[in-house]
Amino acid sequence: MHIVVCVKQVPNTTQVRINPETNTLVRDGVESILNPFDENALEMALQLKEKHAGTKVTVLTMGPPQAAEVLKEAVGRGADAVVLLCDRAFAGSDTWATSYALSTAIRKLEPADLVLFGKQAIDGDTAQVGPGVADWLGIPCIAYARKIEIADGKAVVERNFEDGYEKLETPLPCALTVLKEANVPRMASLRGKMAAKKLVLQPTTAEMVGADPAKLGLNASPTRVVKIFSPPPKTGGVKWQGEEPAVLAQRLADLLRERKLI
Amino acid sequence: MGLKIDLDLCTGCGACVAVCPFCALAQRASDGKVEVNEACTACGACIDVCPVGALSMEVAEKKADAAALDAFRGLWVFAEQRGGKVQEVAFELLGEGRVLADKLGVELGAVLLGHQVGDCAATLFEHGADKVYVVDHPALEKYTAEPYSEAMSALIQKYKPEVVLAGATSMGRGFIARVAIQVNAGLTADCTELGVDVDQRLLLQTRPAFGGNIMACIVCPDHRPQMATVRPKVFKQPAPVAGRTGQLVAEKLDLKDPVVKVLETVNAMQNEVNVAGAEFIVTGGRGVGGPENFKLLAELAEALGGAAIGASRAAVDAGWISSFHQVGQTGKTVRPKIYIACGVSGQIQHLVGMNSSDTIIAINKDPDAPIFGVADVGIVGDLFQVVPELIQALKK
Amino acid sequence: MAELNYGLSELALEIRGMVREFAEARVKPVRAELDETGHFPTEILRELGKMDLMGLYIPAEYGGTFEGDSMPNLIAVEELSRICIGVSVSFAANGLGADPILLGASDEQKKKFLPALASGEKWAAYALTEPNAGSDAGSIRTTAVKKGDKYVLNGTKQWITNGGEADIYTVFAVTDKNRGARGVSAFIVEKGTPGFTFGKKENKLGIRASATRELIFEDCEVPAANLIGREGTGFIWAMKTFDVSRPGIAAQAVGLAQGALDEAVMYAKVREQFGKPIIANQGLSWMLADMATKVETARALTYATVQSIDRGVKDYSKFSAMCKVYASDVAMQVTTDAVQVFGGYGYMKEYPVEKMMRDAKILQIYEGTNQIQRDIIGLALNKEYGAVAKK
Repeated sequence: MHIVVCVKQVPNTTQVRINPETNTLVRDGVESILNPFDENALEMALQLKEKHAGTKVTVLTMGPPQAAEVLKEAVGRGADAVVLLCDRAFAGSDTWATSYALSTAIRKLEPADLVLFGKQAIDGDTAQVGPGVADWLGIPCIAYARKIEIADGKAVVERNFEDGYEKLETPLPCALTVLKEANVPRMASLRGKMAAKKLVLQPTTAEMVGADPAKLGLNASPTRVVKIFSPPPKTGGVKWQGEEPAVLAQRLADLLRERKLI
Repeated sequence: MGLKIDLDLCTGCGACVAVCPFCALAQRASDGKVEVNEACTACGACIDVCPVGALSMEVAEKKADAAALDAFRGLWVFAEQRGGKVQEVAFELLGEGRVLADKLGVELGAVLLGHQVGDCAATLFEHGADKVYVVDHPALEKYTAEPYSEAMSALIQKYKPEVVLAGATSMGRGFIARVAIQVNAGLTADCTELGVDVDQRLLLQTRPAFGGNIMACIVCPDHRPQMATVRPKVFKQPAPVAGRTGQLVAEKLDLKDPVVKVLETVNAMQNEVNVAGAEFIVTGGRGVGGPENFKLLAELAEALGGAAIGASRAAVDAGWISSFHQVGQTGKTVRPKIYIACGVSGQIQHLVGMNSSDTIIAINKDPDAPIFGVADVGIVGDLFQVVPELIQALKK
Repeated sequence: MAELNYGLSELALEIRGMVREFAEARVKPVRAELDETGHFPTEILRELGKMDLMGLYIPAEYGGTFEGDSMPNLIAVEELSRICIGVSVSFAANGLGADPILLGASDEQKKKFLPALASGEKWAAYALTEPNAGSDAGSIRTTAVKKGDKYVLNGTKQWITNGGEADIYTVFAVTDKNRGARGVSAFIVEKGTPGFTFGKKENKLGIRASATRELIFEDCEVPAANLIGREGTGFIWAMKTFDVSRPGIAAQAVGLAQGALDEAVMYAKVREQFGKPIIANQGLSWMLADMATKVETARALTYATVQSIDRGVKDYSKFSAMCKVYASDVAMQVTTDAVQVFGGYGYMKEYPVEKMMRDAKILQIYEGTNQIQRDIIGLALNKEYGAVAKK
């Protein structure tokens, strides 16, 4: 079995703060990490590898040269092969163009039985790339998967929806986007880390995967970011007292609605 | 199209590097001048901060065929249904969709996919739809992404709506990205605000990024339809107008057999909402007074649309609720969108577990309770009076 | 954070980073629960095995990663101890159990038993102590009588760390009653051997996550091939094991004291009384300064001892004893002071320092009480200076 796991290097958004005076993003000291949900996808692949002898796990990322770091992390945890898709031609890709680029790279690999994604990336939070890649590849995709069993060339997958879950059967190859609750990602092993240190990564370019330049990067991306702004700063704490509970409760409900919190 | 840097003008001050939300700008080691990398999304945040005007955006040379774009008219909402029941998010989108469609002067359509779900159409009309496109097909009886995207794409290609909205639910997010690829459209996830530029007929899509630390406004200038997903509860449900009706378009499609088979559907989560990853948390402290009173908090949680129940150590140690719910130093650290602390005094060990929540609301009888020090909104009052009123106010 | 340069190898630094991250991620969230319930950290040890961290002290030819540098393993113990010594002792006891094999076993025996320990697939324990043979280890009463190609073991071992959890036990038993300590032999006994059972798990003041049990041998037949070295050499392996393992206890002490210091400083910075953080009080900051100085001194002595052993220093019993006695006394002092820094909160189970203080006490007791350590140091001094006087 060949499993391809698509991962992304992201800034650790939990460390990002807004400078209240300038109202700009404070990025100092924010580290780049392997997208946490992708860790669950990788772990699912590694567990399948442990269960099914002869399984190969390839980890693929698209990003700047520094994104090699997340591939090294993947090797440390037990990935067999890695691909760094890196080319200025990809710059500015939205989810449409990103899914296309990733799909071209996957087609270049030995045929994949399973393509795994984290449920979303914490910097963009779109959850669109996994299903998008599946569409480019023409394979089924089950989003929000929390469990997988593979037997007889088929996968039985549990996927969550808002108030329950479903058990599905899908032929292979297929794609999944994986939930956090699927597993607890392992940490890199010592031998894995040593192997990662020796890893020499050659970037794979758009030309090498035969990608159509017209479908790449900012120019091919249907969506455009036209403005970036900071959300309204947190209002300083207010304390309401001395009024009827019903009045206070109503005011709170109004405020929550007004701020679109509910 | 992309960011251009005039290196002759660049002084290497680094102002742009600091504001780039995507870490796409860096100063060269050689001369300190700025260069842009692959992470650039052309958002333009850097242009205004450059004191010497060295940054500019190169405008796209190609312009989409205006006539082709003009062929697209109308605003559609994907009417998510499960088990023959239209989901609330669809009504919320119809409410917002109605406003936007009126601004654009177009019809509001609802797309209903399923098998033998014709009954749902009436309620969609009542909630504002002018037209309901129904695809009734056995392949759509149970939701799987492939036939749903196939049907949706076929409808879009035939009727050419200029905007398509779907709920950012497990279902909506699961199949709509495939549709976007199939119809070559732009798709923006999890919008929290929608608007329209009537002149250019653009959907203005505002969404949070970087874990909510910044907001981005996104448009889709050269592709139609313009597609977006919106999380449940972002928009208000419109009041249904009894008897309101519209045009039903029953579309016969020849869909492929589903490749993914649904073996079993288990409705109702076995587990309660886990406090650790919850977006909404209602927490009870010593002031709750006893295990039976957590029912009141559960009602509030439900009124919020499914919040997790948290507890302070005092409430856990009193045996009122299991330690699974505990928030704080020895419990879980949480960062929900809304944290409502009821009868929680706010000991330091509790605060460290929740003080990075987006919005903190505290309800406590004691005006001097430390919890008010971190609360965005503090209500001084008896939780047994305030909470029932709040539940009522939220249900309105 | 500023730190001294102990000349650690790249591997040692790598291990420090890995185990620090692991302890924060996997041990810290569960340490209070493990302490409360006394559950053995099975999952934690399994994961350490998967991360290739159980074989840091075992040479590559037997499946480990040891290449003459003892610091990686020592630092792994220290970093785990920073978060929980209940977990670190369960980890380190494997090395203690394996040490007699590494020191005295044949190549064949090593090949048979060490690879599974190195991979973490199996765990080990060291069984010397008996109800009536604690500090006076020479007075053990468990017997091993040769019968054909077997030895028949009878007797009871007490307070055996990893007892019941481990798969491989190095057991010390008397093969010749008339020769005292020279009549003791060491055996490798596998869990599941008929006649080998376990007593109850002890309920302890600290290191509650660790398993401490009695081992009971009733006509337990062990293959003669499992004898380590020759008959009568057991006590030598037992004592040599202690010489190399005592710095491990010191590493536990250094890690624990560092963990308590970390907690105390962080708390002193955020806790405000009289309108300022309590660290702004000179009395308190001097207390923290003394704590920090003791921790670093203990670390320096411990590292120097282990690095000297690696560099071939022969007479290191004295230094092993010194670092164990010094670091464990420091751990007791620093954890007690950390509770003091926290004040009333420190006495409560919300905060980790009361557990650290309870845990610290065992370090002054096990692997030779601190009184025994001082005996060892005193004896060495007497011997060394005696030789000088004769000149």
